[in-house]
Amino acid sequence: MCQCIMGQTTINRQELDPARYQHGADDHVFVELDEAMSFEANFKAQAITKEVKSRNIDGIIEIAPANASYLIHFDPGVIHPDKLIEELREIESAIDLSEYTWDAKIVDIPVLYDDPWTHETQMEFRDRHQDPDSTDLEYSARINDFDSVEAFIDAHAGAPYMVSMVGFVPGLPWMFQMVPYDEQIEVPKYRQPRTKTPGRAIGTGGAFSVVYPVFGAGGYQLYGRTPVEVLDIDQELADFEESIVLPEPGDILKFRQIDRPEYDAIREDVEDGTYQYTKAAFEFEPEEFFTDPEGYNENLMEMLYQ
Amino acid sequence: MIDVIEPGLSTTVQDDGRFGNYHIGMPPSGAMDQFAHRVGNRLVGNEEHAATLEMTYVGGTFEFNSEAVVAVTGAEMSPTLEGEPIDSWTAVEVPAGATLSFEYATDGARTYLAVAGGIDVPTIMGSRSTYTLIGMGGYDGRSLEEGDELAIGSQSERTPTVDATVAEGHRAGYDTNEPIRVVMGLCDYRLTDAGREAFLDAEWKVSDEADRTGYRFDGPDVEPMFEERDPPFGAGTDITNVVDVGYPIGSIQLAGEPIVLMRDAVTGGGYATVGTVVSPDRNRLAQFPTNASVTFEPVTPEEALEIRQDYDRDLEEIRSSL
Repeated sequence: MCQCIMGQTTINRQELDPARYQHGADDHVFVELDEAMSFEANFKAQAITKEVKSRNIDGIIEIAPANASYLIHFDPGVIHPDKLIEELREIESAIDLSEYTWDAKIVDIPVLYDDPWTHETQMEFRDRHQDPDSTDLEYSARINDFDSVEAFIDAHAGAPYMVSMVGFVPGLPWMFQMVPYDEQIEVPKYRQPRTKTPGRAIGTGGAFSVVYPVFGAGGYQLYGRTPVEVLDIDQELADFEESIVLPEPGDILKFRQIDRPEYDAIREDVEDGTYQYTKAAFEFEPEEFFTDPEGYNENLMEMLYQ
Repeated sequence: MIDVIEPGLSTTVQDDGRFGNYHIGMPPSGAMDQFAHRVGNRLVGNEEHAATLEMTYVGGTFEFNSEAVVAVTGAEMSPTLEGEPIDSWTAVEVPAGATLSFEYATDGARTYLAVAGGIDVPTIMGSRSTYTLIGMGGYDGRSLEEGDELAIGSQSERTPTVDATVAEGHRAGYDTNEPIRVVMGLCDYRLTDAGREAFLDAEWKVSDEADRTGYRFDGPDVEPMFEERDPPFGAGTDITNVVDVGYPIGSIQLAGEPIVLMRDAVTGGGYATVGTVVSPDRNRLAQFPTNASVTFEPVTPEEALEIRQDYDRDLEEIRSSL
């Protein structure tokens, strides 16, 4: 779906059909912008939910954007669902992504790829994998037509990722890589979910990468582990002063491949409570990204690592 | 102070829930049966937000260091005070030094112990509820253990009336033969018409994986209920997968088997959701024990609102009667 004009890659804009509004019993409204994942559907979910939040509508309890949809939890004793849906439809038709922007942060996530911990987990659950004779990295590189695991890691840790949704458990970011659709990495989930995944593991399933905040079950292909936290319940690290989670929907995360000595050094700082994340605040402009994703990402990198 | 002599099978501090953080993956937690929890608070004169103890399947034994007024609501766990049976759904005076004991649940699955003043634990992100998955809130972020000491708070609204009791007709009964009412929808376009019918016609059994996160049900194979399709970009290859969505509390997802998400829900994911249990019936479902049979009855969104209004009216009548 990438288009090449004058040697420059752009991201094709998608026409979205009108959203589907669904009642989640008496106290939720679920709005599906598209059945398929796209930047358009996700950015629209983010833009609509940010607009809903800014309107402070009485009776709304939760506003949660998801990959190509969003969810509202409300008190029907305060606002009737029909009235709520009417306002949501009005916001849907009023939002123009070409003009909409939002405040975001970009954060560096150092990753030790092919680390010993996720390797051990993979080996323990080999019988639940599509290809028990390969590692998750080898399998994913092969089915995505990369010549080597190294080339696959370069791509995985290449372009940054939009945090398209946060959830499952607190602080878990679903991340969609900011590259044209034909460059997206896509992998299946494990045949059967694992009962164990190390905390801070980096994985990919479908078209989404994640950081597992805590030890737990999981079904994504496992590639590495970060020494930094995405969830800090006790808010001991300075970057968690305002929230117990690092990523918010609409933020951008950048994986950076590191070696074992750097992993250990960062981990020590995190455990001491002295680690400071490399990050930058900026205003995300969907239109700019759509027009020139490569150039946009280069600017982001300069801003992050200057 | 209340000394925990025996914690019971799984006893946690819960209130009406932690809200406003679903977008960062934080479920509300809070009492699974909000009806029993709220009525308990009302009986002992507490504010709505006060915390109670939620006991699951098997209750605990608690020694009160000071005089207190308590109320036991929810599942029947044969409570005794100093060995003498006490009435549930009733405000009861507990003398200093007395021991309150519970057995296993014989009707329902979850019992609430409300104490005048509320259970005092730190308020984290607006709530005292325990969320054990990440070890947050409640008493040290975990279920109670032998030797724990619970402080009594000052979340009273008024002085409790000892012996105040909820009229028989207003007490919840836990008849598992009544269907659980659902509004079908969300991603139920993934089902064929026959599949939708098969889901609603089936008798489901609460599996042993039924906890605060969700209730999993045993029953017929769900995969044949799905419409075949070429998966859209990003959805994943399994027939039950969708591009990851937010899951409403009470939503039913078909992930191998049906799962109804409860108060410690995973907040989102890629399994097709096909409907949502109406809010008052989430309280009822929380009282279904393992192996109970369940059928789902479809209602319209308008009917769901009426069910909710009836529930609110009931609660209001109980409030004004006490």
